[in-house]
Amino acid sequence: MALSEQTFVADAPPAWVSILRMLWRDKFAFCAAVFLLVVILCALFGPTLLEDIATKQNLRGRNAAPFDFSLHWTMWLGGDALGRPLFARIIVAARNTMFIATGAVICSMAIGTTLGLIAGYSSRMASQIIMRLADVIMSFPSLLLAVIVLYMLAPSVGNLIVVLAITRIPVYLRTSRAEVLEVRERMFVQAAQVMGASTNRIVFRHILPVVFPTLVTIATLDFAFVMLAESSLSFLGIGIQPPEITWGLMVSQGRPYLTTAWWLSFWPGLAIILTTLSLNLLSNWMRTALDPVQRWRLETPRQKNA
Amino acid sequence: MPDHLLEVRGLSVDFHTVRGTVHAVRDVSWHLDRGECLAILGESGSGKSVSASAIMNLIDCPPGQIVSGEILFDGKNLLKMNAEARRQLNGKRIAMIFQDPLSHLNPVYTIGFQIEEIMTAHDVPKDKARARCLELLQRVGIPDFENKIDAYPHQFSGGQRQRIMIAMALALKPDILIADEPTTALDVTVQAQILALLEELQQETGMGLLLITHDLGVVAEVADRVVVMNSGQIVETGSAAQVYRAPKHPYTKKLIGAIPGTGEMAAPLGTGIKPMMEINGLTKHFGGFVALEDASLTVLPGETVAIVGESGSGKSTLAKTLLRLEDATSGEALYHGRDLVKMTASELFELRREIQMVFQDPTQSLNPRMSVYDIVSEAFAIHPEILPKAKWKNRVCELLEQVGLEAGHMHRYPHQFSGGQRQRIAIARALALEPKLVVCDEAVSALDVSVQAQVIDLLNKLQQDMGLSYLFIAHDLPLVRDFAHRVVVMQSGRIVEQGPVAQIFDNPRMDYTRNLMAASLDPDPDVQAERRRARHQLQEEAV
Amino acid sequence: MKSFLGKRAIASAISLIGLIILVFFLSRLTGDPTNLYLPVDASQESRDRFREIHGLNDPLIVQFFHYMSDLVQFDFGMSIRRAEPALDAVLRAFVWTLQLAIITMTLVTGSAIVLGSLAAYHVGGFFDRIATFCSLIGASAPDFWIAIVAIVVFSVHLGWVPTSGTGTVLHWILPIGVLFIRPFGLIVQVVRGSMITALSSAYVKTARAKGVRNRPIIFVHALRNAMLPVITVIGDQAASLLNGAVVVETIFGFPGVGKLMIDSILQRDFAVVMAAIFVTAVAIFVMNILIDILYAVLDPRIRY
Repeated sequence: MALSEQTFVADAPPAWVSILRMLWRDKFAFCAAVFLLVVILCALFGPTLLEDIATKQNLRGRNAAPFDFSLHWTMWLGGDALGRPLFARIIVAARNTMFIATGAVICSMAIGTTLGLIAGYSSRMASQIIMRLADVIMSFPSLLLAVIVLYMLAPSVGNLIVVLAITRIPVYLRTSRAEVLEVRERMFVQAAQVMGASTNRIVFRHILPVVFPTLVTIATLDFAFVMLAESSLSFLGIGIQPPEITWGLMVSQGRPYLTTAWWLSFWPGLAIILTTLSLNLLSNWMRTALDPVQRWRLETPRQKNA
Repeated sequence: MPDHLLEVRGLSVDFHTVRGTVHAVRDVSWHLDRGECLAILGESGSGKSVSASAIMNLIDCPPGQIVSGEILFDGKNLLKMNAEARRQLNGKRIAMIFQDPLSHLNPVYTIGFQIEEIMTAHDVPKDKARARCLELLQRVGIPDFENKIDAYPHQFSGGQRQRIMIAMALALKPDILIADEPTTALDVTVQAQILALLEELQQETGMGLLLITHDLGVVAEVADRVVVMNSGQIVETGSAAQVYRAPKHPYTKKLIGAIPGTGEMAAPLGTGIKPMMEINGLTKHFGGFVALEDASLTVLPGETVAIVGESGSGKSTLAKTLLRLEDATSGEALYHGRDLVKMTASELFELRREIQMVFQDPTQSLNPRMSVYDIVSEAFAIHPEILPKAKWKNRVCELLEQVGLEAGHMHRYPHQFSGGQRQRIAIARALALEPKLVVCDEAVSALDVSVQAQVIDLLNKLQQDMGLSYLFIAHDLPLVRDFAHRVVVMQSGRIVEQGPVAQIFDNPRMDYTRNLMAASLDPDPDVQAERRRARHQLQEEAV
Repeated sequence: MKSFLGKRAIASAISLIGLIILVFFLSRLTGDPTNLYLPVDASQESRDRFREIHGLNDPLIVQFFHYMSDLVQFDFGMSIRRAEPALDAVLRAFVWTLQLAIITMTLVTGSAIVLGSLAAYHVGGFFDRIATFCSLIGASAPDFWIAIVAIVVFSVHLGWVPTSGTGTVLHWILPIGVLFIRPFGLIVQVVRGSMITALSSAYVKTARAKGVRNRPIIFVHALRNAMLPVITVIGDQAASLLNGAVVVETIFGFPGVGKLMIDSILQRDFAVVMAAIFVTAVAIFVMNILIDILYAVLDPRIRY
């Protein structure tokens, strides 16, 4: 197939402008991004602003029903078993929930990608050892790991991050290794070798930038997964312990009141589902917008005789 | 009674893309009769395949849109028929074969299934379809066809796969066969066989053949009439000989002028010059597979040595071994007396400046995430002794201008350039290291003929200005004829013949070289007719 | 093929042994079982007897070798809590989990493939948008939350199905329904993405030029090519079900291996934990090998 002889003289706008433009084009992804921004703001500033209100017990407001607009605005989503306003608690809980997920995703991505690059670009032996290690982690029930670490040490935020990070390492490891194996055969890598480029240069200058968008896309999806995993652990009572709170723990705390006060579990659950949905939508959008192959297509007019 | 079997009238097709509407073809009209061969000739982006896709209902709407025109088949307008009626015509009355049969055959089904399917889809009973399938495979010349009917596409060679596509297309004896670049990905000898097969089958069945191609040689070989297209419009129509002998439109003139293989052949460089590169008995095995066996050749300073051969002949392995992308199994390659096969990593690093490479496909050999400046200046980043960082920018500007690009474009990314421009960037990158020898691995094969000519001119000019030597790997003989001083012919990993270009082209000694010459197509219909006779003669001698 | 299977089995065995070593030592770090099993005021004498019976006095490394030598004979020891061989308890629970996993994954696979394929065929259309959005919600849903909401709605308010147990067909509806949602959402998306690629491929173009009808183009030509990435995801999802759908099993009181595992962990019933990990790990390795064979069956280009 001969190459198209058309020239595109227009200079591309700065990267962030074109990214925003692409985001605006996909309304679902745009809403998702806005929602996530709100959640992040809640996580950053919520506890400072609402900590007192969220922890103040109020016996008159015990299991108060939602949508009673005569009460203070923080009570509009109802009150919990100790009369604490649910809305304020959800905002405060956003910090732990988001912090654990962010920490776990960043750690697992950094370690997994490094191991994946090594496995993909070094000797067979190292690659085999790393891959077997990934197999072991994959077949190790993550729950068991959680219990062991959380019993050994205290079930704190930091330890939860460690547990969740370890269980997610294989995802990045496998992806980055597979990508490296593919990218290292590409011709521009050979071209760099012919010029005498060092291994470091090839890995960090040529391979990593090509692999990175894929990893970010996966990380977004994984963020949702880690959130769900953390919620499950907290729900089972082996994650975060009161008085610390996360959304998953809130669902669990509301469980005894299911038949009388459904809102105790419903709202934090909805917060989880909306956040993970947003992350999924954003990840979907990234797959087309940030993937070098797909983006190439977006920026190049369709071949006329294709 | 309709005037023609198939007639396209005033067809215009648009494609709606992110960057606005592209007029793929505008007001295209042509016709095809029974027993006739019409060629549509054009370069990439000329819209030459669009009308065929419209006939076969293969244009996706959206993003495609047929704006105006009609397609009359047997007097009925295809564009007014419903989908089911058109499905019944596809494969039964009008069949199509494509370029690159590997990707156009479904990899997970047997070829028998795929050939039978075209019949069962048009309500032929299964047992009859099987019998016909065997008959077809035999007719198109698949050896051991009784067993191979249950084999998968990847188990065949490129030429055999195209034969299978042809068998499939002809299963229901269609009135029209559309062949879209049927021989582009094939070796020249295989190309000649496939074209001969198509011609024979056309004579047998009396079908109309529509051939879409970019290759004037193919037109000269088989076409009765030709339609020349450029940017979505027909610029010229006429008989093949007429268009070649007396082109009327400037575009056609330019196209015919750009065809290689007509100029003066270069004289060999004088004797007594000390060679810069001496390769002795270079061998490369992959496990039990012999990719390169006992290759010996020399390159003089300022000389262009072309290595020609078909796919699998070992010519790319030779290049990769010289650049140490692969390690040689045995043999030596002396560069100014030093054996680069045995060099250590640090010695090799020095040598990288002297020997550079230009790859086949510039789209893949340029990192899509680096700007042109980054790509070219990477050479200086790797070899900091060449140039202090303050001077990089000026030097990149110089290099870009040297290869005919605007220096102002250096902050753009590769995808913002055309294929020919991208190859110029790749050449600028190679030149940044100030090499003495440049290995060009099929460096112009992916480019259109007119662009090919420009890049070859550039390479010639650089050779004169800088005294570069080229090791020019190619499968395109006419191109080599114009460009090389000396030619090395390879077959299955071995060098079969080498010598000055005039000797190889005018007096080839080996049968293999002679076959290669006979199979290569000339754009002149008269010369081509002469070659065809010579080819038949060779075949008869072989029998 | 045979040598490939051999290699796979050896690699799996190595991983399995690594897993056992890891779990054995890690689980001993979680605490001394005597403290958990005996009353706080138990005499030193009874403590010693307990240790003696269960071999807890030996150095850890000796305990480990005893354990391994028993393991070679498929003896995982007795469950401390249940007074029966650990393996029996685990196998009984595993059969329940296996049934649940097989039924769920069959339903998921069948429906996700049909829905995902149709969405890919009508890409960008109304049906595609609905399917994509629903599958995204499914993939985002926390299963414990869905489970308790489902209990409130279907068991408490509507009274259609029982809340827990395994007695009748009705008992299975909620667990399967809840477990169905997430894998379904994920697999629909993978099928859709993979099918879009397959449907725009060159061989589909050939099939259209041959005059093949739409249904065989989607379900014969494109689908088989699109299945490879889908199978990988189906395998991952099945593996997580086999590992024990802990949360769902706990909520619905389903006597599966997940519930058994979490109960045993909390009770420090080592023998059961080890046996449960061993059984599920073997099941997952077997499934992975089956998946590799399936790859080769679906794609003749794959030769091991």
